[in-house]
Amino acid sequence: MATTKHTLVAIVHDKPGVLNRVVSLFRRRGFNIDSIAVGHSEIPHLSRVTITVNGTTATVEQVRKQLDKLIDVVKIFDITSEKLTARELALIKVKATSATRSEILEIADIFRANIVDVASDSLTIEITGDEDKISSMLKLLQAFGVKEIARTGRVAMVRGNIGVMRAEERAAKSRAKKQA
Amino acid sequence: MKKTGAQILCESLIAEGVDVMFGFPGGVLLPFYDTLPQYPQIRHILVRHEQGAAHAADGYARATGKVGVCMATSGPGATNLVTGIANAYLDSVPMVALTGQVVRAQIGKDAFQEIDISGITLPITKHSYVAMDAGALAGIVKEAFYIARSGRPGPVLIDLPKDVMTDQAEYVYPDKVELPGYKVPTHGHPTQLKSAAKLINEAKQPLIIAGRGVLISGASPQLKDFAEKAQIPVITTLLGISCFPEDHVLSYGMAGMHGTGYANKALENCDLLIAVGMRFDDRVTGKVNAFAPHAKIIHIDMDPAEIGKNVAVHVPIVGDVGAVLYAMEKIIETNRHIDWIRQLDEWRKQHPILDIHDSAALLPQHIIHELYEATRGDAIVVTGVGQHQMWAAQHYIFHEPNTFISSGGLGTMGFGLPAAMGAKVGCPDKMVWLIDGDGSFQMTIQELATLVQDNIAVKIAIMNNGFLGMVRQWQDLFYAKNYVATPISCPDFVKVAEAYCIAGIKVTRREEIRPAIEQAMNHDGPFLLNFMVEPEENVYPMVPPGAANIEFIERPKKEVSAWQRRSTR
Repeated sequence: MATTKHTLVAIVHDKPGVLNRVVSLFRRRGFNIDSIAVGHSEIPHLSRVTITVNGTTATVEQVRKQLDKLIDVVKIFDITSEKLTARELALIKVKATSATRSEILEIADIFRANIVDVASDSLTIEITGDEDKISSMLKLLQAFGVKEIARTGRVAMVRGNIGVMRAEERAAKSRAKKQA
Repeated sequence: MKKTGAQILCESLIAEGVDVMFGFPGGVLLPFYDTLPQYPQIRHILVRHEQGAAHAADGYARATGKVGVCMATSGPGATNLVTGIANAYLDSVPMVALTGQVVRAQIGKDAFQEIDISGITLPITKHSYVAMDAGALAGIVKEAFYIARSGRPGPVLIDLPKDVMTDQAEYVYPDKVELPGYKVPTHGHPTQLKSAAKLINEAKQPLIIAGRGVLISGASPQLKDFAEKAQIPVITTLLGISCFPEDHVLSYGMAGMHGTGYANKALENCDLLIAVGMRFDDRVTGKVNAFAPHAKIIHIDMDPAEIGKNVAVHVPIVGDVGAVLYAMEKIIETNRHIDWIRQLDEWRKQHPILDIHDSAALLPQHIIHELYEATRGDAIVVTGVGQHQMWAAQHYIFHEPNTFISSGGLGTMGFGLPAAMGAKVGCPDKMVWLIDGDGSFQMTIQELATLVQDNIAVKIAIMNNGFLGMVRQWQDLFYAKNYVATPISCPDFVKVAEAYCIAGIKVTRREEIRPAIEQAMNHDGPFLLNFMVEPEENVYPMVPPGAANIEFIERPKKEVSAWQRRSTR
């Protein structure tokens, strides 16, 4: 079966060891997590974890159900099939000489990226966007010599008025319909 | 009023109805053990190895349906619990495991006997806690018991730093738990129930396969009503044994690797399979693509993650098995399925389970059959893991729920003796028989001392064949009889028993079986029977590993004559 990229969002208790429990379940199934991003959610004491993994729909669904069973996971959603706003932030340190600096600035400008640090022979660029956009810019910057990259991994939100909780209800309904 | 952490723990355990726990002390647990005598309501049974404590709590829980409690000290004590916790996890047994921990300031510093037990047990517990605050302890215990026993049960671990036991805090036992991330399904979805009822009404050759979920839910009466109304034959998984009376006209025994030929034929030919509280373990499905090949499948289970995990199903129903069966029984039509049942009875005649000729040899099948007759099926039977376990499953006839206690998912050799101990402590008025193998028994033999010290009257029947029999059987059938590392010597078990002050006798001849069993039953206290059985007897039928259930092999006729020749020499 073909593997596809899945985006999972988990709302979890903000307690020691919770992330360990979540990640451990992926390890058991032999998944390599592409990216994982954790931060506070809109609800106090709850964190939001965004995970992207490659896997067949059936195996990812199995992991989602197992994650849902964790006591500290309040909710977990596979929002892959939703219309998403997905963003990642990257900091890229690139070699820059007086000869190449203006060209790099031009590339940064095209990608609406910011220069956040300037040193004698390097520039640090901050870029936000989806993974493709960041990869495209990285490709162009490789020619100058990339010294360091830090990427946050994807965070994602379902488009429109409804939050992720409602979007999941909708998805669950359509899943139930399919089963029936 | 303020109490110490140890007092809070004891009070909380009592509030949860705990009257017995199996444990082994150690340095960091001293404050707890120092406090324990203040609470005579809690009977503490000192085991000889912490693995025994976990299995005893497991056996206690399976026999009574209550949460089993075990305790071990930090470091090696805690790691010795691990096998028992894993065993309980795989068989969905409600258990609370309490472990001592070094003082809080020393956590993470590789202190003496410090180990990260909550980390080690992460994948084999339903949930775990490190109790870092005496004030939070009561709430943690409350949650732990609730999580252990509700939904799909499982083990919950609480790690207890030594100084939390001595810290003082206000004791208020919470009256409810708040766990927003924890959902317990109850009733099945009405639409799904309707879809299932339609399939059931239309089926010509329906079959029920019942698992341990029925026992956990206490749903045996509902299962019986449901099966009887539509006259649907019932087979069980290994752990489902005793959830449906095996002397019932609709009972066709256990399915799977060592299931009856007729149960596996029924699986092969049914057009509708109603899977109730079971999880399609590979030992029951055989080759999964060939499992119930002509059937639509209805899967009723408490755990949504079990739906579609191993086998694709047509109608999943997530909910409490008892509630779902009750609701379903109301909406299905009465039916008879005369031809289908006649067919099953025909198969039963063609593939009798007791397929051995009368013989003077001492055969485990005969022993277990005699044990059934002598106890009239009224005993709780606990087993170790191996051939004897399968023979017990095949040849004892179980009438009442929770009377067969065995390690299924993990297949833990050494489970038997401590689990039997736990079962007897939980059900002192029932006769508890341990059917064990000479290999399994030697793994936890030290608990004989516990039987004596705490006067736990377990009756022990060892099927002693001088081999690690099940492994030898695989070597026999699939590795050209290359018996490597399976011949196993053992001490004279009767003498060992005697050394522990337990009475016992050795049995070598078939005609001695019944008198020996009677003697054990009439004896006041534990008793050991060492049955010197036919060494190379195999368990049949058997589905070869990786084969489809229908490819089960039966006892080869020439093998029958081989041991018959030996036994008549």
